[in-house]
Amino acid sequence: MLIEVVMLVRRSLSEGGRRSALLVIAVLFARASFAQTGPVLPSQFEFAGSWAPLGTEDVQNDSVPVDYLGLALTDEARTRALSYDESQKSMIERQCQGWGAAYMVIGPFGLRISSQSDPTTKRLVSYTIDAWEDWMGLTIWMDGRPRPSEHALHTQAGFTTGRWEGGALAAHTTHVKAGGFIRKTGVPLSDQATIDWRFVRHGDVLTVLMVARDPVYLVEPEIISKGFRLSKTPLDYRDPCVPGFEGREPGDGVPHFAPDQNPFLDEFIKLYNLPREAVLGYRETLYPEYRKKIKDTYVPPPPCTADCGVAGNFVRRRGPTP
Amino acid sequence: MGNDSRPLIGGLLLLLFVIGEPTSVHTQQAASSPSARDAAPIDLTGYWVSYVTENWRYRMVTPAKGEYRRIPSSPAAVPIINAWDPSADERAGNQCKSFGAGAIMNVPGRLHITWQDASTLRIDTDAGTQTRFLRFTARESSNATRPTWQGESIARWESVAPPDKGGSLSVVTTNMRAGYLRKNGVPYSERTTVSEHFDIAPLPDGGQLLLVNTVIEDPVYLNGPYIVSPHFKKEPDGSKWDPTPCSSKW
Repeated sequence: MLIEVVMLVRRSLSEGGRRSALLVIAVLFARASFAQTGPVLPSQFEFAGSWAPLGTEDVQNDSVPVDYLGLALTDEARTRALSYDESQKSMIERQCQGWGAAYMVIGPFGLRISSQSDPTTKRLVSYTIDAWEDWMGLTIWMDGRPRPSEHALHTQAGFTTGRWEGGALAAHTTHVKAGGFIRKTGVPLSDQATIDWRFVRHGDVLTVLMVARDPVYLVEPEIISKGFRLSKTPLDYRDPCVPGFEGREPGDGVPHFAPDQNPFLDEFIKLYNLPREAVLGYRETLYPEYRKKIKDTYVPPPPCTADCGVAGNFVRRRGPTP
Repeated sequence: MGNDSRPLIGGLLLLLFVIGEPTSVHTQQAASSPSARDAAPIDLTGYWVSYVTENWRYRMVTPAKGEYRRIPSSPAAVPIINAWDPSADERAGNQCKSFGAGAIMNVPGRLHITWQDASTLRIDTDAGTQTRFLRFTARESSNATRPTWQGESIARWESVAPPDKGGSLSVVTTNMRAGYLRKNGVPYSERTTVSEHFDIAPLPDGGQLLLVNTVIEDPVYLNGPYIVSPHFKKEPDGSKWDPTPCSSKW
Protein backbone atom coordinates (compact mmCIF):
# COMPACT_ATOMS: atom_id res chain seq x y z
CA MET A 1 0.00 0.00 0.00
CA LEU A 2 2.92 2.35 0.63
CA ILE A 3 3.76 2.32 -3.06
CA GLU A 4 0.21 3.26 -4.08
CA VAL A 5 0.11 6.13 -1.58
CA VAL A 6 3.46 7.47 -2.73
CA MET A 7 2.44 7.29 -6.38
CA LEU A 8 -0.79 9.16 -5.60
CA VAL A 9 1.12 11.93 -3.87
CA ARG A 10 3.67 12.15 -6.68
CA ARG A 11 0.95 12.59 -9.24
CA SER A 12 -1.10 15.06 -7.23
CA LEU A 13 1.33 17.56 -5.77
CA SER A 14 3.91 20.13 -6.75
CA GLU A 15 7.63 19.49 -6.07
CA GLY A 16 7.69 21.24 -2.70
CA GLY A 17 4.45 19.78 -1.53
CA ARG A 18 5.52 16.37 -2.76
CA ARG A 19 8.65 16.39 -0.61
CA SER A 20 6.73 17.38 2.49
CA ALA A 21 4.02 14.83 1.95
CA LEU A 22 6.49 12.04 1.22
CA LEU A 23 8.40 12.88 4.39
CA VAL A 24 5.23 12.72 6.47
CA ILE A 25 4.22 9.45 4.89
CA ALA A 26 7.67 7.97 5.39
CA VAL A 27 7.61 8.87 9.08
CA LEU A 28 4.16 7.43 9.51
CA PHE A 29 5.06 4.20 7.80
CA ALA A 30 8.28 3.87 9.70
CA ARG A 31 6.20 4.18 12.86
CA ALA A 32 3.66 1.73 11.52
CA SER A 33 6.25 -0.95 10.78
CA PHE A 34 6.35 -1.53 14.45
CA ALA A 35 7.85 -4.93 14.91
CA GLN A 36 9.69 -5.81 11.67
CA THR A 37 8.17 -9.18 12.01
CA GLY A 38 5.40 -10.70 9.99
CA PRO A 39 2.48 -12.91 10.81
CA VAL A 40 2.54 -15.80 13.19
CA LEU A 41 1.85 -19.04 11.36
CA PRO A 42 0.09 -22.09 12.76
CA SER A 43 2.39 -24.98 13.55
CA GLN A 44 0.45 -27.18 11.12
CA PHE A 45 -1.19 -26.56 7.78
CA GLU A 46 -3.96 -28.25 5.84
CA PHE A 47 -2.11 -31.04 4.09
CA ALA A 48 -5.04 -33.03 2.79
CA GLY A 49 -6.34 -32.13 -0.63
CA SER A 50 -5.38 -32.30 -4.25
CA TRP A 51 -2.06 -30.80 -5.32
CA ALA A 52 -1.41 -30.39 -9.02
CA PRO A 53 2.08 -30.71 -10.53
CA LEU A 54 3.64 -27.50 -11.81
CA GLY A 55 5.92 -28.85 -14.51
CA THR A 56 8.38 -25.98 -14.18
CA GLU A 57 11.22 -28.03 -12.72
CA ASP A 58 13.17 -30.67 -14.53
CA VAL A 59 13.36 -33.54 -12.09
CA GLN A 60 12.16 -36.47 -14.10
CA ASN A 61 15.24 -37.30 -16.16
CA ASP A 62 13.74 -40.34 -17.83
CA SER A 63 13.52 -39.43 -21.49
CA VAL A 64 16.76 -41.09 -22.51
CA PRO A 65 17.99 -44.44 -21.20
CA VAL A 66 21.28 -43.16 -19.81
CA ASP A 67 20.70 -39.93 -17.89
CA TYR A 68 22.10 -39.77 -14.38
CA LEU A 69 22.50 -35.98 -14.26
CA GLY A 70 22.32 -34.54 -10.77
CA LEU A 71 23.18 -37.77 -8.98
CA ALA A 72 26.23 -38.78 -6.97
CA LEU A 73 26.52 -42.51 -7.62
CA THR A 74 28.80 -45.21 -6.38
CA ASP A 75 30.62 -47.24 -9.02
CA GLU A 76 28.35 -50.17 -8.28
CA ALA A 77 25.24 -48.06 -8.83
CA ARG A 78 26.62 -46.80 -12.14
CA THR A 79 27.40 -50.33 -13.26
CA ARG A 80 23.94 -51.56 -12.34
CA ALA A 81 22.26 -48.60 -14.01
CA LEU A 82 24.21 -49.15 -17.22
CA SER A 83 23.11 -52.76 -17.25
CA TYR A 84 19.44 -51.78 -17.03
CA ASP A 85 17.25 -52.10 -20.10
CA GLU A 86 13.92 -50.32 -19.89
CA SER A 87 12.41 -53.23 -21.84
CA GLN A 88 12.32 -55.02 -18.50
CA LYS A 89 9.07 -53.21 -17.88
CA SER A 90 7.51 -55.00 -20.81
CA MET A 91 7.85 -58.34 -19.03
CA ILE A 92 4.41 -59.32 -17.88
CA GLU A 93 5.54 -60.03 -14.34
CA ARG A 94 7.11 -56.56 -14.07
CA GLN A 95 4.53 -54.40 -15.76
CA CYS A 96 2.66 -53.64 -12.57
CA GLN A 97 5.68 -53.60 -10.31
CA GLY A 98 5.48 -49.82 -10.10
CA TRP A 99 8.11 -47.45 -8.85
CA GLY A 100 9.32 -46.78 -5.34
CA ALA A 101 8.67 -43.98 -2.87
CA ALA A 102 11.03 -41.53 -4.62
CA TYR A 103 8.78 -41.53 -7.64
CA MET A 104 6.50 -39.14 -5.77
CA VAL A 105 8.84 -36.28 -6.71
CA ILE A 106 10.35 -37.56 -9.93
CA GLY A 107 7.10 -38.72 -11.45
CA PRO A 108 4.82 -36.48 -13.49
CA PHE A 109 1.66 -36.65 -11.42
CA GLY A 110 0.01 -34.56 -8.73
CA LEU A 111 -0.75 -35.59 -5.17
CA ARG A 112 -4.11 -36.58 -3.78
CA ILE A 113 -3.78 -36.57 -0.02
CA SER A 114 -6.28 -37.64 2.61
CA SER A 115 -6.16 -37.97 6.37
CA GLN A 116 -7.34 -40.84 8.51
CA SER A 117 -8.47 -40.46 12.10
CA ASP A 118 -9.15 -42.90 14.89
CA PRO A 119 -12.93 -43.31 14.94
CA THR A 120 -13.03 -43.30 18.73
CA THR A 121 -10.45 -40.76 19.81
CA LYS A 122 -10.70 -38.66 16.63
CA ARG A 123 -6.95 -38.28 16.72
CA LEU A 124 -5.00 -38.20 13.48
CA VAL A 125 -3.61 -41.60 12.59
CA SER A 126 -2.12 -41.11 9.16
CA TYR A 127 -1.97 -39.23 5.91
CA THR A 128 -2.28 -41.16 2.69
CA ILE A 129 -0.89 -39.99 -0.62
CA ASP A 130 -2.85 -41.95 -3.15
CA ALA A 131 -1.26 -44.28 -5.63
CA TRP A 132 -0.94 -43.69 -9.35
CA GLU A 133 -1.11 -46.33 -12.00
CA ASP A 134 2.60 -47.01 -11.67
CA TRP A 135 3.28 -45.83 -8.13
CA MET A 136 2.37 -47.57 -4.94
CA GLY A 137 1.37 -44.50 -2.95
CA LEU A 138 2.63 -43.54 0.48
CA THR A 139 1.15 -43.74 3.95
CA ILE A 140 2.61 -41.40 6.55
CA TRP A 141 1.89 -42.71 10.02
CA MET A 142 1.31 -39.82 12.41
CA ASP A 143 0.27 -41.76 15.52
CA GLY A 144 3.72 -42.40 16.90
CA ARG A 145 3.73 -46.10 16.19
CA PRO A 146 7.11 -47.80 16.43
CA ARG A 147 9.13 -48.61 13.37
CA PRO A 148 8.98 -52.32 12.48
CA SER A 149 11.89 -54.68 12.90
CA GLU A 150 14.65 -54.33 10.37
CA HIS A 151 13.72 -57.84 9.27
CA ALA A 152 10.12 -56.87 8.55
CA LEU A 153 8.74 -56.83 5.03
CA HIS A 154 10.38 -54.29 2.74
CA THR A 155 8.12 -52.87 0.06
CA GLN A 156 8.29 -50.41 -2.84
CA ALA A 157 6.64 -47.74 -0.68
CA GLY A 158 8.55 -48.57 2.50
CA PHE A 159 7.42 -47.59 5.98
CA THR A 160 6.98 -43.90 6.75
CA THR A 161 6.36 -42.00 9.95
CA GLY A 162 5.78 -38.27 10.25
CA ARG A 163 5.55 -35.38 12.68
CA TRP A 164 4.95 -31.66 12.52
CA GLU A 165 8.14 -29.68 12.97
CA GLY A 166 8.67 -25.94 12.64
CA GLY A 167 5.54 -25.42 10.59
CA ALA A 168 6.44 -28.23 8.17
CA LEU A 169 5.50 -31.88 7.99
CA ALA A 170 8.65 -33.97 8.37
CA ALA A 171 8.56 -37.66 7.46
CA HIS A 172 11.05 -40.50 7.40
CA THR A 173 10.90 -43.60 5.18
CA THR A 174 12.67 -46.89 5.76
CA HIS A 175 12.03 -50.51 4.72
CA VAL A 176 12.17 -49.85 1.00
CA LYS A 177 12.51 -52.89 -1.18
CA ALA A 178 15.83 -53.95 -2.68
CA GLY A 179 15.75 -53.73 -6.43
CA GLY A 180 13.89 -50.45 -6.43
CA PHE A 181 14.97 -47.39 -8.36
CA ILE A 182 15.60 -43.73 -7.68
CA ARG A 183 15.37 -42.89 -11.36
CA LYS A 184 13.32 -44.54 -14.05
CA THR A 185 16.55 -44.90 -16.00
CA GLY A 186 17.48 -47.83 -13.82
CA VAL A 187 19.49 -46.10 -11.11
CA PRO A 188 19.05 -48.49 -8.20
CA LEU A 189 18.13 -47.98 -4.59
CA SER A 190 19.02 -50.58 -2.00
CA ASP A 191 17.01 -51.85 0.94
CA GLN A 192 19.32 -49.88 3.21
CA ALA A 193 18.16 -46.60 1.73
CA THR A 194 16.25 -44.06 3.79
CA ILE A 195 14.32 -41.03 2.66
CA ASP A 196 13.63 -37.89 4.66
CA TRP A 197 10.73 -35.82 3.45
CA ARG A 198 9.72 -32.31 4.27
CA PHE A 199 6.41 -30.89 3.14
CA VAL A 200 6.33 -27.09 3.24
CA ARG A 201 3.35 -24.97 2.34
CA HIS A 202 3.38 -21.30 1.37
CA GLY A 203 0.00 -20.06 0.24
CA ASP A 204 -1.32 -22.49 -2.31
CA VAL A 205 2.10 -23.89 -3.20
CA LEU A 206 3.24 -27.11 -1.55
CA THR A 207 6.92 -27.93 -1.84
CA VAL A 208 8.02 -31.50 -1.28
CA LEU A 209 11.64 -31.89 -0.34
CA MET A 210 13.16 -35.35 -0.66
CA VAL A 211 16.52 -36.26 0.82
CA ALA A 212 17.37 -39.84 -0.15
CA ARG A 213 20.40 -41.59 1.31
CA ASP A 214 21.75 -44.96 0.36
CA PRO A 215 25.06 -46.28 1.67
CA VAL A 216 25.21 -48.79 -1.16
CA TYR A 217 24.40 -46.73 -4.24
CA LEU A 218 24.70 -43.03 -3.39
CA VAL A 219 27.92 -41.20 -2.54
CA GLU A 220 25.89 -38.17 -1.44
CA PRO A 221 22.19 -37.74 -0.78
CA GLU A 222 19.88 -37.24 -3.71
CA ILE A 223 17.93 -34.07 -2.95
CA ILE A 224 14.88 -33.09 -4.94
CA SER A 225 12.47 -30.27 -4.17
CA LYS A 226 9.34 -30.21 -6.25
CA GLY A 227 6.46 -27.77 -6.18
CA PHE A 228 2.75 -28.51 -6.40
CA ARG A 229 -0.18 -26.11 -6.49
CA LEU A 230 -3.45 -26.56 -4.62
CA SER A 231 -6.05 -27.79 -7.07
CA LYS A 232 -9.69 -26.82 -6.84
CA THR A 233 -10.49 -29.88 -8.90
CA PRO A 234 -9.97 -33.22 -7.15
CA LEU A 235 -7.20 -35.20 -8.75
CA ASP A 236 -7.42 -38.92 -9.22
CA TYR A 237 -4.72 -41.00 -10.84
CA ARG A 238 -5.80 -44.33 -9.43
CA ASP A 239 -6.19 -46.19 -12.70
CA PRO A 240 -5.62 -49.88 -12.22
CA CYS A 241 -2.57 -51.41 -13.81
CA VAL A 242 -3.68 -54.04 -16.29
CA PRO A 243 -0.83 -56.21 -17.54
CA GLY A 244 -0.88 -57.31 -21.13
CA PHE A 245 1.31 -58.83 -23.81
CA GLU A 246 4.06 -56.40 -24.80
CA GLY A 247 6.20 -58.67 -26.90
CA ARG A 248 7.79 -60.76 -24.18
CA GLU A 249 6.73 -64.32 -23.55
CA PRO A 250 6.76 -65.81 -20.08
CA GLY A 251 10.09 -67.49 -19.62
CA ASP A 252 11.99 -65.08 -21.82
CA GLY A 253 15.20 -63.74 -20.38
CA VAL A 254 15.43 -60.45 -18.53
CA PRO A 255 16.45 -57.70 -20.98
CA HIS A 256 19.74 -56.14 -19.99
CA PHE A 257 23.03 -54.81 -21.31
CA ALA A 258 26.58 -55.55 -20.44
CA PRO A 259 27.45 -52.37 -18.53
CA ASP A 260 30.33 -51.50 -20.81
CA GLN A 261 28.27 -52.11 -23.93
CA ASN A 262 25.16 -50.10 -23.25
CA PRO A 263 24.22 -48.83 -26.73
CA PHE A 264 22.59 -45.71 -25.31
CA LEU A 265 25.62 -44.55 -23.35
CA ASP A 266 26.44 -41.66 -25.64
CA GLU A 267 22.96 -40.63 -26.73
CA PHE A 268 22.35 -37.93 -24.15
CA ILE A 269 25.98 -36.85 -24.20
CA LYS A 270 25.90 -36.21 -27.95
CA LEU A 271 22.44 -34.68 -27.93
CA TYR A 272 23.47 -31.75 -25.75
CA ASN A 273 27.26 -31.89 -25.78
CA LEU A 274 27.15 -32.83 -22.12
CA PRO A 275 30.21 -33.97 -20.22
CA ARG A 276 30.29 -37.72 -19.80
CA GLU A 277 31.02 -37.61 -16.07
CA ALA A 278 27.94 -35.45 -15.51
CA VAL A 279 25.65 -37.77 -17.44
CA LEU A 280 27.06 -40.73 -15.55
CA GLY A 281 26.42 -39.24 -12.12
CA TYR A 282 29.80 -38.36 -10.69
CA ARG A 283 29.75 -36.45 -7.41
CA GLU A 284 31.91 -33.50 -8.43
CA THR A 285 29.40 -32.50 -11.09
CA LEU A 286 26.89 -31.36 -8.45
CA TYR A 287 28.95 -28.41 -7.19
CA PRO A 288 29.76 -24.99 -8.66
CA GLU A 289 33.45 -25.82 -9.00
CA TYR A 290 32.57 -28.23 -11.76
CA ARG A 291 30.99 -25.46 -13.80
CA LYS A 292 34.27 -23.62 -13.71
CA LYS A 293 36.17 -26.76 -14.58
CA ILE A 294 34.31 -27.29 -17.87
CA LYS A 295 34.10 -23.62 -18.77
CA ASP A 296 36.76 -23.79 -21.48
CA THR A 297 35.82 -27.15 -22.95
CA TYR A 298 32.03 -27.07 -23.07
CA VAL A 299 30.54 -26.35 -26.48
CA PRO A 300 26.83 -25.40 -26.44
CA PRO A 301 24.56 -27.52 -28.62
CA PRO A 302 23.22 -26.10 -31.88
CA PRO A 303 20.12 -23.89 -31.65
CA CYS A 304 16.90 -25.60 -30.73
CA THR A 305 14.60 -26.10 -33.68
CA ALA A 306 11.79 -28.31 -32.42
CA ASP A 307 9.85 -28.75 -29.18
CA CYS A 308 11.73 -25.83 -27.70
CA GLY A 309 9.01 -24.49 -25.43
CA VAL A 310 7.33 -25.31 -22.18
CA ALA A 311 5.18 -28.06 -23.61
CA GLY A 312 8.04 -29.69 -25.47
CA ASN A 313 9.41 -33.04 -24.52
CA PHE A 314 12.50 -33.09 -22.41
CA VAL A 315 14.69 -34.11 -25.32
CA ARG A 316 14.62 -32.86 -28.85
CA ARG A 317 14.51 -36.27 -30.45
CA ARG A 318 15.29 -39.86 -29.79
CA GLY A 319 18.11 -41.44 -31.69
CA PRO A 320 17.53 -44.56 -33.73
CA THR A 321 17.41 -47.76 -31.76
CA PRO A 322 20.66 -49.56 -32.34
CA MET B 1 1.00 22.87 -2.63
CA GLY B 2 -2.22 23.66 -4.41
CA ASN B 3 -5.39 24.16 -2.42
CA ASP B 4 -7.08 21.37 -4.38
CA SER B 5 -4.58 18.87 -3.02
CA ARG B 6 -5.14 19.56 0.66
CA PRO B 7 -8.25 17.39 1.03
CA LEU B 8 -6.34 14.57 -0.62
CA ILE B 9 -3.44 14.85 1.81
CA GLY B 10 -5.79 15.13 4.75
CA GLY B 11 -7.59 12.04 3.62
CA LEU B 12 -4.37 10.12 3.18
CA LEU B 13 -3.15 11.04 6.64
CA LEU B 14 -6.48 10.09 8.14
CA LEU B 15 -6.37 6.79 6.28
CA LEU B 16 -2.92 6.05 7.61
CA PHE B 17 -4.11 6.59 11.14
CA VAL B 18 -7.27 4.58 10.63
CA ILE B 19 -5.47 1.53 9.27
CA GLY B 20 -2.94 1.65 12.04
CA GLU B 21 -3.29 1.12 15.75
CA PRO B 22 -3.46 3.93 18.32
CA THR B 23 -0.28 5.96 18.61
CA SER B 24 0.32 4.93 22.15
CA VAL B 25 0.19 1.29 21.18
CA HIS B 26 2.63 1.83 18.34
CA THR B 27 5.04 3.70 20.52
CA GLN B 28 4.93 1.02 23.12
CA GLN B 29 5.47 -1.73 20.60
CA ALA B 30 8.24 0.10 18.84
CA ALA B 31 10.02 0.47 22.11
CA SER B 32 9.58 -3.13 23.12
CA SER B 33 9.63 -4.97 19.78
CA PRO B 34 12.78 -6.77 18.78
CA SER B 35 14.54 -5.84 15.57
CA ALA B 36 14.24 -8.11 12.56
CA ARG B 37 17.64 -9.48 13.45
CA ASP B 38 16.63 -10.24 17.01
CA ALA B 39 13.25 -11.61 15.98
CA ALA B 40 14.64 -14.07 13.42
CA PRO B 41 12.89 -17.43 13.88
CA ILE B 42 15.58 -19.11 11.74
CA ASP B 43 19.24 -18.33 11.23
CA LEU B 44 20.05 -17.86 7.58
CA THR B 45 23.48 -16.38 8.06
CA GLY B 46 26.61 -18.12 6.88
CA TYR B 47 27.94 -19.67 3.71
CA TRP B 48 25.71 -21.82 1.50
CA VAL B 49 26.61 -23.72 -1.66
CA SER B 50 24.34 -24.66 -4.55
CA TYR B 51 23.69 -28.39 -4.70
CA VAL B 52 22.71 -28.88 -8.32
CA THR B 53 20.57 -32.00 -8.39
CA GLU B 54 17.76 -30.44 -10.40
CA ASN B 55 17.60 -28.56 -13.68
CA TRP B 56 21.23 -29.49 -14.16
CA ARG B 57 21.18 -29.02 -17.91
CA TYR B 58 19.68 -25.54 -17.57
CA ARG B 59 21.97 -24.35 -14.80
CA MET B 60 25.40 -25.95 -15.03
CA VAL B 61 25.82 -25.43 -18.75
CA THR B 62 24.34 -22.92 -21.17
CA PRO B 63 21.36 -24.51 -22.89
CA ALA B 64 20.83 -24.34 -26.62
CA LYS B 65 19.80 -21.02 -28.05
CA GLY B 66 16.04 -20.95 -28.48
CA GLU B 67 15.24 -23.57 -25.83
CA TYR B 68 12.93 -22.55 -23.00
CA ARG B 69 11.44 -25.84 -21.82
CA ARG B 70 9.76 -25.76 -18.39
CA ILE B 71 9.39 -21.97 -18.50
CA PRO B 72 5.89 -20.65 -19.32
CA SER B 73 7.19 -17.96 -21.64
CA SER B 74 4.62 -15.81 -23.42
CA PRO B 75 4.50 -15.33 -27.20
CA ALA B 76 6.09 -11.92 -26.65
CA ALA B 77 9.17 -13.62 -25.25
CA VAL B 78 9.82 -15.95 -28.15
CA PRO B 79 11.39 -13.40 -30.54
CA ILE B 80 13.69 -12.29 -27.75
CA ILE B 81 14.62 -15.88 -26.96
CA ASN B 82 15.43 -16.55 -30.60
CA ALA B 83 17.40 -13.34 -30.96
CA TRP B 84 19.62 -13.96 -27.94
CA ASP B 85 23.12 -12.68 -28.64
CA PRO B 86 25.51 -12.94 -25.70
CA SER B 87 28.20 -10.96 -27.49
CA ALA B 88 25.80 -8.07 -28.02
CA ASP B 89 24.83 -8.19 -24.34
CA GLU B 90 28.47 -8.01 -23.39
CA ARG B 91 29.17 -5.11 -25.73
CA ALA B 92 26.20 -3.26 -24.23
CA GLY B 93 27.47 -3.82 -20.70
CA ASN B 94 24.60 -6.20 -19.93
CA GLN B 95 26.69 -9.21 -19.00
CA CYS B 96 24.81 -9.45 -15.68
CA LYS B 97 21.45 -10.04 -17.33
CA SER B 98 21.34 -13.67 -16.20
CA PHE B 99 22.49 -12.76 -12.69
CA GLY B 100 19.50 -10.59 -11.71
CA ALA B 101 17.11 -11.35 -8.88
CA GLY B 102 14.93 -13.41 -11.21
CA ALA B 103 17.73 -15.90 -11.76
CA ILE B 104 20.57 -15.44 -9.31
CA MET B 105 19.49 -18.06 -6.80
CA ASN B 106 19.55 -20.65 -9.59
CA VAL B 107 23.04 -19.77 -10.75
CA PRO B 108 25.44 -22.39 -9.34
CA GLY B 109 27.60 -20.72 -6.74
CA ARG B 110 27.86 -19.77 -3.12
CA LEU B 111 25.85 -17.40 -0.97
CA HIS B 112 27.19 -15.44 1.94
CA ILE B 113 24.31 -14.24 4.08
CA THR B 114 24.94 -11.62 6.76
CA TRP B 115 23.10 -8.86 8.59
CA GLN B 116 23.92 -5.51 7.01
CA ASP B 117 22.16 -3.85 9.95
CA ALA B 118 19.40 -4.79 12.37
CA SER B 119 16.72 -4.62 9.72
CA THR B 120 18.55 -5.56 6.51
CA LEU B 121 19.66 -9.02 5.54
CA ARG B 122 22.40 -9.08 2.94
CA ILE B 123 23.06 -11.83 0.42
CA ASP B 124 26.33 -11.82 -1.49
CA THR B 125 26.86 -14.27 -4.32
CA ASP B 126 30.26 -15.29 -5.56
CA ALA B 127 28.82 -16.13 -9.00
CA GLY B 128 28.53 -12.75 -10.69
CA THR B 129 29.55 -10.94 -7.45
CA GLN B 130 26.02 -9.73 -6.85
CA THR B 131 24.56 -8.31 -3.64
CA ARG B 132 20.95 -8.43 -2.55
CA PHE B 133 19.59 -6.37 0.33
CA LEU B 134 16.47 -7.81 1.95
CA ARG B 135 14.95 -4.91 3.87
CA PHE B 136 12.52 -5.47 6.69
CA THR B 137 11.52 -1.80 6.61
CA ALA B 138 10.77 -0.15 3.30
CA ARG B 139 13.13 2.57 2.18
CA GLU B 140 11.27 5.85 1.93
CA SER B 141 12.80 6.60 -1.44
CA SER B 142 12.68 3.09 -2.87
CA ASN B 143 9.98 3.91 -5.38
CA ALA B 144 12.06 6.67 -6.88
CA THR B 145 15.17 4.60 -7.49
CA ARG B 146 16.06 3.31 -10.92
CA PRO B 147 15.70 -0.40 -11.55
CA THR B 148 18.74 -2.51 -10.71
CA TRP B 149 19.71 -6.10 -11.37
CA GLN B 150 18.73 -7.09 -7.84
CA GLY B 151 15.80 -4.69 -7.46
CA GLU B 152 14.19 -3.73 -4.18
CA SER B 153 13.47 -6.58 -1.77
CA ILE B 154 10.99 -6.25 1.09
CA ALA B 155 11.31 -8.99 3.70
CA ARG B 156 9.31 -10.20 6.64
CA TRP B 157 9.54 -13.13 8.98
CA GLU B 158 6.76 -15.67 9.21
CA SER B 159 7.18 -17.30 12.60
CA VAL B 160 5.53 -20.48 13.75
CA ALA B 161 3.27 -20.11 16.74
CA PRO B 162 4.83 -21.09 20.09
CA PRO B 163 5.59 -23.48 21.62
CA ASP B 164 6.77 -24.74 18.25
CA LYS B 165 9.88 -23.07 16.86
CA GLY B 166 10.90 -22.13 13.38
CA GLY B 167 9.48 -20.18 10.53
CA SER B 168 10.26 -18.80 7.15
CA LEU B 169 11.55 -15.65 5.52
CA SER B 170 9.20 -14.11 2.98
CA VAL B 171 10.75 -11.77 0.41
CA VAL B 172 9.09 -9.84 -2.40
CA THR B 173 11.35 -8.22 -4.99
CA THR B 174 10.36 -5.63 -7.59
CA ASN B 175 11.99 -2.74 -9.44
CA MET B 176 14.47 -4.97 -11.28
CA ARG B 177 16.17 -4.35 -14.57
CA ALA B 178 14.97 -6.67 -17.29
CA GLY B 179 17.00 -9.86 -17.25
CA TYR B 180 17.18 -13.51 -18.18
CA LEU B 181 15.67 -16.45 -16.32
CA ARG B 182 18.25 -18.69 -17.94
CA LYS B 183 21.66 -18.15 -19.38
CA ASN B 184 20.39 -18.57 -22.94
CA GLY B 185 18.28 -15.44 -22.98
CA VAL B 186 14.81 -16.46 -21.73
CA PRO B 187 13.63 -13.01 -20.66
CA TYR B 188 11.83 -11.41 -17.75
CA SER B 189 10.77 -7.77 -17.85
CA GLU B 190 11.10 -4.81 -15.49
CA ARG B 191 7.52 -5.46 -14.38
CA THR B 192 8.48 -8.80 -12.86
CA THR B 193 7.76 -9.65 -9.25
CA VAL B 194 9.84 -12.31 -7.52
CA SER B 195 8.26 -13.80 -4.39
CA GLU B 196 10.49 -16.04 -2.32
CA HIS B 197 10.28 -18.06 0.86
CA PHE B 198 13.53 -19.06 2.51
CA ASP B 199 13.19 -22.21 4.61
CA ILE B 200 15.77 -24.27 6.44
CA ALA B 201 15.59 -28.04 6.68
CA PRO B 202 17.84 -30.25 8.78
CA LEU B 203 19.86 -32.88 6.96
CA PRO B 204 20.23 -36.37 8.39
CA ASP B 205 23.98 -35.94 8.76
CA GLY B 206 23.53 -32.90 10.98
CA GLY B 207 23.93 -30.37 8.21
CA GLN B 208 21.42 -27.83 7.02
CA LEU B 209 19.70 -27.23 3.74
CA LEU B 210 18.42 -23.86 2.58
CA LEU B 211 15.37 -24.13 0.36
CA VAL B 212 14.33 -21.08 -1.63
CA ASN B 213 10.80 -21.44 -2.91
CA THR B 214 10.54 -18.94 -5.74
CA VAL B 215 7.51 -17.69 -7.65
CA ILE B 216 8.29 -15.42 -10.59
CA GLU B 217 5.45 -13.47 -12.16
CA ASP B 218 5.85 -11.31 -15.22
CA PRO B 219 2.84 -9.89 -17.07
CA VAL B 220 4.99 -9.28 -20.14
CA TYR B 221 7.07 -12.37 -20.82
CA LEU B 222 5.38 -15.12 -18.80
CA ASN B 223 1.99 -16.71 -19.33
CA GLY B 224 1.82 -17.82 -15.73
CA PRO B 225 3.99 -18.07 -12.64
CA TYR B 226 7.35 -19.73 -13.04
CA ILE B 227 7.96 -21.67 -9.84
CA VAL B 228 11.28 -23.22 -8.85
CA SER B 229 12.90 -24.20 -5.56
CA PRO B 230 16.72 -24.19 -5.66
CA HIS B 231 18.46 -25.53 -2.59
CA PHE B 232 21.80 -24.96 -0.89
CA LYS B 233 23.92 -26.84 1.60
CA LYS B 234 25.39 -25.02 4.57
CA GLU B 235 29.18 -24.78 4.61
CA PRO B 236 31.29 -24.35 7.73
CA ASP B 237 33.19 -21.32 6.46
CA GLY B 238 34.06 -19.23 3.43
CA SER B 239 37.15 -21.16 2.41
CA LYS B 240 35.57 -22.08 -0.95
CA TRP B 241 34.25 -18.59 -1.66
CA ASP B 242 35.40 -17.74 -5.17
CA PRO B 243 34.03 -14.49 -6.62
CA THR B 244 33.74 -14.40 -10.38
CA PRO B 245 32.38 -11.53 -12.48
CA CYS B 246 29.24 -11.67 -14.58
CA SER B 247 29.58 -13.20 -17.99
CA SER B 248 27.10 -13.35 -20.84
CA LYS B 249 28.73 -16.35 -22.36
CA TRP B 250 29.26 -18.51 -19.29
